[in-house]
Amino acid sequence: MLFGFEWDLSSPLAFALSILPILLTGLLVTLQATVVGFALALVLGLVWAVLKAAPSRIISWPVSVVIEFIRDTPLLVQLFFLYYVLPEYGIVLPAFMTGALALGIQYSAYTAEVYRAGLQAIGADQREAARALNLSSARTFTHIIVPQAIPRIVPAMGNYLVSIMKDVPVLSVVTVLEMLNVAKIVGDRTFDYLIPLSLVGALYLITTLVASAGVRLVDTWLPKEGIPLK
Amino acid sequence: MHWTEYFGPLAEGAWVTVQLTVYSTILGAILAFASGIGKLSSNWAIKAVSVAYIEVFRGTSLLVQLFWLYFALPLAGMALGIDLRLPPVMAGVLALGLNIGAYGAEVVRGAIQSVHKDQHEAARALNFTSRQTLWTITIPQAIPEMMPSFGNLAVQNLKDTALVSLISLGDLTFRAEQIRNFTQDSTTIYSMLLVAYFGMALVLTALMRGLEAYVSRWRMAGS
Repeated sequence: MLFGFEWDLSSPLAFALSILPILLTGLLVTLQATVVGFALALVLGLVWAVLKAAPSRIISWPVSVVIEFIRDTPLLVQLFFLYYVLPEYGIVLPAFMTGALALGIQYSAYTAEVYRAGLQAIGADQREAARALNLSSARTFTHIIVPQAIPRIVPAMGNYLVSIMKDVPVLSVVTVLEMLNVAKIVGDRTFDYLIPLSLVGALYLITTLVASAGVRLVDTWLPKEGIPLK
Repeated sequence: MHWTEYFGPLAEGAWVTVQLTVYSTILGAILAFASGIGKLSSNWAIKAVSVAYIEVFRGTSLLVQLFWLYFALPLAGMALGIDLRLPPVMAGVLALGLNIGAYGAEVVRGAIQSVHKDQHEAARALNFTSRQTLWTITIPQAIPEMMPSFGNLAVQNLKDTALVSLISLGDLTFRAEQIRNFTQDSTTIYSMLLVAYFGMALVLTALMRGLEAYVSRWRMAGS
């Protein structure tokens, strides 16, 4: 029994059906971790992107190194670092938050690049036109650059959302009860790993296909000429 | 245990990580070409197998694939009456290679499709068979296009090898975990671990850049 659901070992089909609610409970945790991790990645990535674009090299160079460091080291190791090292400095977070933070940090290195590329894709002629119209640089940024950058940024961010979802199982190592961990526990107790793990694979396939379709749908909805920030 | 004594076990683990990265990257590259080309095949069976492979391995999590190969596959084998128990190294290389191969397949497909249509027409006018066109005209020009993405995927693969420590394979992360369990010196050991992976990634990036420079001479003149 797990989360109050009994499993039925009378036949493979009965077993699969009886553990489905257990796995869906785990899927809910997976989705929660995905959303929190993605939100952190969006915010932190924006911070990196802004700092990296700083005019002073004293700021932009160390930030580039930090981004490269985050991008080149494994999520699992960053997670272990946060989980075991932060408490030594008096910062004790629940396992779920540590995991979401690790996802957010790892993917901030990727989202920073998306922000940078999206903002750079708006050509110099747009800036010149804004200048000729006497817009201040702040107004140029909020009313000219950002609205046009959004349709370029959103699809790439959507792809990282799906990637984050596929990295959530790593959080099982710090006892987060996401879908894979739940399936592993069911396997440990029933000595049948085949059905729980295969179901996890199938549920992942469905979830990522739905999420990818959602990302494509959002992409077609977005007006290509830009979204005003109003 | 002084922190300088960590180097020995970590170096042993790093060697396992390097081997895993090399083997799984090679396996991944083979699968990427096979299924990337297969996806463009006019034979529907080859195309269906390629698309199914790419979708399944891109659509699920690497850790799920790894656990499936290590924990579930032997049970599937038992049900069929064959021994499918894989040693951890095999399960690790297979999972990593199958996973990165599916991502690489999309890169291969995209690069092949980016080769200009004129090239195909010219090859046809010169009476090349479609096989000759693929291997001597299209692929040599497509490979330089693939290299930047392959570089990213190789680093991705190096990072992903850390997951094999979870099926008790003695890689870099596994060794570090052992030392941490023994000494409880988390800050030092995990800092060293992060730096080690960063260093390996920088070396791998440099190697891939070198390879990229080498194959760039296959680019069509003037492009």
